Amino acid sequence: MVYGCGTSRGQAELIDKQMRTTAEAVAGVRDGATVLVAGFGAVGVADQLLEALHEQGARELTIVANNAGNGDHGLARLIHSGRVRKVICSYPRSGDYSAFLKAYRAQALELELLPQGTISERLRCHAAGLGGFFSPVSAGTKLAKGKETREIDGRLHVFERPLKGDVALIKADKADRWGNLTYRKSARNFNPVMAMAADLTVVEVEEMVELGALDPEAVVTPCIFVDRMVVVGAKA
Amino acid sequence: MTPLRREQMAWRAAQDLNEGDFVNLGIGIPTLAASYVPAGREVIFHSENGILGMGPKPAAGAEDPFMIDAGKNLTTLVQGGSFMHHADAFLMIRGGHLDVSLLGAFEVSERGDLANWTIEDPAFPPGVGGAMDLAVGAKSIRVIMEHTDKRGEPRILRSCRYPLTASACVQRIYTNLAVIDVTPDGLLVQEMIAGLTRDGLQAMTEPQLRFAAELKPLVVPAVPEVRAA
Repeated sequence: MVYGCGTSRGQAELIDKQMRTTAEAVAGVRDGATVLVAGFGAVGVADQLLEALHEQGARELTIVANNAGNGDHGLARLIHSGRVRKVICSYPRSGDYSAFLKAYRAQALELELLPQGTISERLRCHAAGLGGFFSPVSAGTKLAKGKETREIDGRLHVFERPLKGDVALIKADKADRWGNLTYRKSARNFNPVMAMAADLTVVEVEEMVELGALDPEAVVTPCIFVDRMVVVGAKA
Repeated sequence: MTPLRREQMAWRAAQDLNEGDFVNLGIGIPTLAASYVPAGREVIFHSENGILGMGPKPAAGAEDPFMIDAGKNLTTLVQGGSFMHHADAFLMIRGGHLDVSLLGAFEVSERGDLANWTIEDPAFPPGVGGAMDLAVGAKSIRVIMEHTDKRGEPRILRSCRYPLTASACVQRIYTNLAVIDVTPDGLLVQEMIAGLTRDGLQAMTEPQLRFAAELKPLVVPAVPEVRAA
């Protein structure tokens, strides 16, 4: 899939990844796409982008997330509207997950359960250009069924493949026009690793700052991983 | 005999956390242990969602919506605390960087097999979260759980009945009746509550128990004092 990063404003030669609306930010997401949805519980989730993706209408989505939606908004709304074919997550039973539960019981979607650290490491593995890794996590359990195993230093390991997103929906605190990002406290969670692991990384931010205003020592996600940004909230 | 309450089990487990230990607390009873680390002892708590140096629950009025723990409850950061993204948070867990992982459990076997992620209820989706990561990585893996289930059946078994989280990983079990170590020679009871006999404890435990030469009474405060933030 090839995505543009949109029109730049002002002087055409300057990099500017900022979109005017959340709709522009999620434009072009195709049916059948794998969407990385960052966040842990309700913290650090790009809810405005998920709402925009619902409006955009893409179907048959595979969602990679830690949880499986909360309440009636964001990811839960996508599930409720039947847009999600498969959820890859570690813990669907979190918060008000009634939209997921209803779809799961109706067998309207598929669940692939993975250990939490296996999700994040498989994402990192794709971002790093690696072909997979052997992990002791889940070795000898039901979750390792069908996976290749190898004994390394006397311990059973399971082969895990890299995990890639077509799109990542990221929630950050501050950004500059190049797409350097910082986060807020435990809202960092999956965001930096998912931002690195997708073809198209879309970020909703609380605040845009001037290029150079972010302390280079404090940038968590360097701009190379970011394609589009949109400001949400009070400073939009 | 009076079995320990949840707070008392957590208090007992907290006494074994050493100065300077990096510790992850599982959701449920283990989370309570953070409140009972002896005053003056520095223990650094890790949370799977990217916190090193997690503090106690926030005081009223000091809640921060960007600060949650693994159970999605509001929490705080202590001085010296830091944040990291998920891949690094689990690198710490999986890579042997934590000293102690204190977990809840449904069942533990005499070999230290752990079952704590699913009871295979067909009406609900399973959830594993960080349980399998936490059960393989830390230098010491310890469990806090009730000694028996709601029907009084043993939860310490020859072999786990529920699907395993990890095999041969648990080193110490804190129950409401006893403190038991998993050793290469089987289960070794280190402490037992007053009023309970060896036969009484054995009757509530499926595998054969051995008793430490210096078996101690399991003594905890009636109302453990919560450490000030």
